[in-house]
Amino acid sequence: MVAIRTKPDPQIYTYPGFGSEKFPNLMLRGAGDLDNWHLKVYEQKHEGYVAMKKALQMEPVAVTEEMKASGLRGRGGAGFPAGLKWSFMPKDTPERKFTRYLVCNGDEGEPGTFKDRVILEYNPHQLIEGMIIGGWAMQCQLGFVYIRGEFLWLIEKLEAAIQQARDAGYLGKNILGTGWDYDIIVHRGAGAYICGEETALLNSLEGRRGEPRVKPPFPAAKGAFGQPTTINNVETLAAVPPILRMGGAEYAKIGSPKNSGTRIFGVSGHVKRPGIYELPMGTPLNFLVEELAGGTGTGRKIKAIIPGGSSCPMLDEKDFDVPMDFDNLKARGSMGGSGGVIVMDESVCIVQATLRLIKFYAHESCGQCTPCREGCNWMEMILYRIEHGEGRMEDLDLLAGLTPRIGLRTLCPLGDAACGPMDSALQKFRHEFEHHITHKTCYAQGSRLLSSVGAH
Amino acid sequence: MNHPQPPETAPEPLAPGQRLPESDVKEFSPEALAEIQAIMARYPDKMAATLPALHIAQREFGFISLAAMKAVAKAIGIPEGHVFGVATFYTMYQKAPVGQYHFQVCTNISCALKGAAQLLEKVCEKTGVKPGQGPSPDGLWSVEEVECLAGCSMGPCIQVNHDVYDELVDEQKLIEVMEACKRGDYRPWAH
Repeated sequence: MVAIRTKPDPQIYTYPGFGSEKFPNLMLRGAGDLDNWHLKVYEQKHEGYVAMKKALQMEPVAVTEEMKASGLRGRGGAGFPAGLKWSFMPKDTPERKFTRYLVCNGDEGEPGTFKDRVILEYNPHQLIEGMIIGGWAMQCQLGFVYIRGEFLWLIEKLEAAIQQARDAGYLGKNILGTGWDYDIIVHRGAGAYICGEETALLNSLEGRRGEPRVKPPFPAAKGAFGQPTTINNVETLAAVPPILRMGGAEYAKIGSPKNSGTRIFGVSGHVKRPGIYELPMGTPLNFLVEELAGGTGTGRKIKAIIPGGSSCPMLDEKDFDVPMDFDNLKARGSMGGSGGVIVMDESVCIVQATLRLIKFYAHESCGQCTPCREGCNWMEMILYRIEHGEGRMEDLDLLAGLTPRIGLRTLCPLGDAACGPMDSALQKFRHEFEHHITHKTCYAQGSRLLSSVGAH
Repeated sequence: MNHPQPPETAPEPLAPGQRLPESDVKEFSPEALAEIQAIMARYPDKMAATLPALHIAQREFGFISLAAMKAVAKAIGIPEGHVFGVATFYTMYQKAPVGQYHFQVCTNISCALKGAAQLLEKVCEKTGVKPGQGPSPDGLWSVEEVECLAGCSMGPCIQVNHDVYDELVDEQKLIEVMEACKRGDYRPWAH
């Protein structure tokens, strides 16, 4: 039985002025309309597959050049230039022919991030089109879309959309008379945050445990099934068709310097209008939170904001004016991450919030590297006893001493990701930890983020 | 000093002599075997079928029992140990029976800010089961606390079996969801 969602979701996808020249609507076209996943609707209403037809007329190298000109940076979190990544793929030589793969990372698991879900729900054809263009640019034989296992209904929808594309001749043998064969396989994950890391994802795709690999060799040399592979986020690939349509140079004009294009920001937590907002890169954080999402709406002040999914260090009041792009957030000591903005107001106890986040990393650590496997558990235990009124002042130094022993000492960035919220909370809200230790209760009275029936 | 310890995040390891729960089904049906064969043919390497085959096994066996892992290894032609390692790595493969309606409640930060902790307590109270404790006596309900479901702006959210999420769940909505389960509006666990 194929489940296509018929129940509308109670989420906001638009705002006044969305779709104008100032706030271009490139990836969320038709979001909120449940019929939008049909190929016909996509072609008629949203210039569907125009970019693909244009790309297939071009030389593959020229498509990659167009991507480089656009300056698009990967939307998965690291912000690596996508065009450059594509150009790392080895080219065929008379002596050696390569089998190349393109993998789309749809393992969206970062707490606070829910952008890929929207693209898969309302715009799956834009992702398919992006994958065809990427496949052509790198001359791949096969594309894989790795989607987290919880999204079963989205997997069924994407498979139905892929079948429509096959029927239209956009996938399969000799696509549109170019002599190029290409198809897309959807692979369902099984519930592991770590599989969002690219080499862990490749292991999972190959049917192994999702444990990150040692790099080098990088996936462009030895990736899925031992062949050259490029891994891009869902949002990165969905940004490809608009780039081809408008041209790379034109796309580069959107956003802030070196951070071109639009980005999908998901706002969650204590705001009046939580939802999905597509904005040019470099839009100030307080414009997004106060103007578009309506502020807290309860009269309480905002205490902290996590600007890009749970792995990013928290920001406090003095940084709420930060322009939301990779470089500016880095300059303020945080990260661009995956664009999930989590807003916490005054009623939140930072110790509880940090404990909840660290519990997540302790649970999701794959267990390969000792610093991350043991360190995250230690942090959880120390925070747990502080939260339960048994903390000691030395515990704060212990926590501060643990993070440098985890960060940058692991194979993948999961250990670093756990240190981000821990370090920033301790630096910016140390008084809350101290209050917890001396008074044995929360600084923010009545905060209840942890359930009494817990345990996984 | 005797500090409070956080609750175990994984079920207790097996005690000496204790066996994994056994499933009633022991072998794949011919249709399921054909499905696995078709999946194997799609990938460049047959091992890639491990995850999809385990999903099929979960559907066929109800949960991933030892027999299910052995059947998957036999169907694909890979070592049993490999399948055991994979099945125990991923959290979506249930290693013990679950209820007909498996409630997965996200309690991560975004949902917690909107009251997911209280919702989880409510779910436990209404269904009479606790997370990780197996199905209710009538076999209808089981509850699991899960990490982010990517429904952050619409929290708290729950997923029943494999279906579309229910978002913005409060007590009233929870009662409606449970009524809908009893009517059979949700896809059953082993569909």
